Amino acid sequence: MLLKVNDLNVYYGAIHALKGVSFEVNEGEIVTLIGANGAGKSTTLKTISGILRSKTGSIEFEGEDITKLPPHKLPSLGVAHVPEGRRIFQQLTVKENLEMGAYTRPASEIKPSIEDVFKRFPRLEERKNQVAGTLSGGEQQMLAMGRALMCRPKLMMLDEPSMGLSPLLVQQIFDIIKELNEQGTTILLVEQNAKMALSIADRAYVLETGKIVMQGDAKAMLSDESVKKAYLGG
Amino acid sequence: MTFLTQILNGLQIGSIYALVALGYSMVYGIIKLINFAHGEIIMVGSYLTWYMIARAGVASPIAIAVAIVGCAFLGMAIEKVAYSPLRSSPRISLLITAIGISYLLQNVAQLIFTANPRMFTNLFPGTVVIGELRLPMVTVITIAVSVVIMIGLTLLVNMTKIGKAMRAVSEDTDAARLMGINVNSTISFTFGLGSALAAIASVLYCCSYSIIEPTMGSMFGLKAFVASVLGGIGSMPGAMLGGLVIGVAESLTNGYINSSYTDAIVFGILIVVLLVKPTGFMGRTMNEKV
Repeated sequence: MLLKVNDLNVYYGAIHALKGVSFEVNEGEIVTLIGANGAGKSTTLKTISGILRSKTGSIEFEGEDITKLPPHKLPSLGVAHVPEGRRIFQQLTVKENLEMGAYTRPASEIKPSIEDVFKRFPRLEERKNQVAGTLSGGEQQMLAMGRALMCRPKLMMLDEPSMGLSPLLVQQIFDIIKELNEQGTTILLVEQNAKMALSIADRAYVLETGKIVMQGDAKAMLSDESVKKAYLGG
Repeated sequence: MTFLTQILNGLQIGSIYALVALGYSMVYGIIKLINFAHGEIIMVGSYLTWYMIARAGVASPIAIAVAIVGCAFLGMAIEKVAYSPLRSSPRISLLITAIGISYLLQNVAQLIFTANPRMFTNLFPGTVVIGELRLPMVTVITIAVSVVIMIGLTLLVNMTKIGKAMRAVSEDTDAARLMGINVNSTISFTFGLGSALAAIASVLYCCSYSIIEPTMGSMFGLKAFVASVLGGIGSMPGAMLGGLVIGVAESLTNGYINSSYTDAIVFGILIVVLLVKPTGFMGRTMNEKV
């Protein structure tokens, strides 16, 4: 098991945002967390990253307890987090953004890794010296993913990668996620676009107001009547 | 005095303002705090240098090095002890703490060195003759040192790993954390760097103005702060430009109008620029993150 999350309880002040969330991600899987706005999907990822802290429970990565680890220790363990809204460094160039992604790696390894990212996203190479704020939404998402790849993650956590993108671009981004997974990266995907997420995922968890209310095989969930009704628009 | 001499005098004091303004701007960029204690670092730097030379009797390069290192550590210590515990508090608490630290440093200095002014001997006496121009050595050194530092700093911020990390943290602290950047040590480094620049500024300042007292940092710090706002707080080229503009404006006022209007003119320029361009010369409109 790559990631084991056990009994997370997270509060924003008086608001109880996660109420005992537990789940697991096995090596090589695509696991998706789906649910409505405010269900606690992003909160879960932020807690795994260490940006938020859980009052109880534990988080294990490759058998190691990472519950209390500060966020900047995770990339070198192989956990990358592509945050909601992409959060690229708008005033840095594309190349500098990628360098930041490899912050914890030795300088000599950075160049070949940037080449790898450019091979996967040729658009980024065309714009490598451009300030990242001038990129289009799709390019920014590619940069955010490329930046996350720079730490050579074993586990990549993606928060709403489809947000604000055209259907064509969404398809493209999901194809890339699938391809990354086939090449060995485990994926934990948070999405409001449940249909898209379930179509590429192996397993899924449904979050509702801070609790996991359903879990199982993603393909089976796609045809499940109650899921259809609540999250797939009938 | 000729017009050119006035301009050069202005550039001299202006580049000292610029060195201090850079400290305000870098710290504001990274934790959005107007560090009102920054002016007091100039005072501490001055006393350290003076003490090492006049009382401990060490050679001036060593005294300057002690001041730079001492101020850098003081800046980092202030951040660790006073600001870092308030990182998630409302920004106003941080600001009030900064004002508190400023008074604390002034009063500690008064306790140790008394309120009597001390005389600082110019470390760079002599004059330089360029064609028909006779310039004090200290003017030439001040401008030259500042230019070198500003070039070095620009390279540091744009080319080095820590410099890029500083820019990343300024822009988006949480995203920087996710990259593996240690935000605390980056902030510490920024305070250390800003305070080291203030120490260098203090030595250059004392060489021309020769009087050291516990409150010397407040007016000087305030003007350097004006310079950083004028240039666009958070912007490093802006801080440099703002410093030079304030310095030249002061010098021209002293030379051609009346030296008692200097402060009025400096703050007048600030008001006019902020009315016309609220972000300063080179400031960006920042989108507040929710």
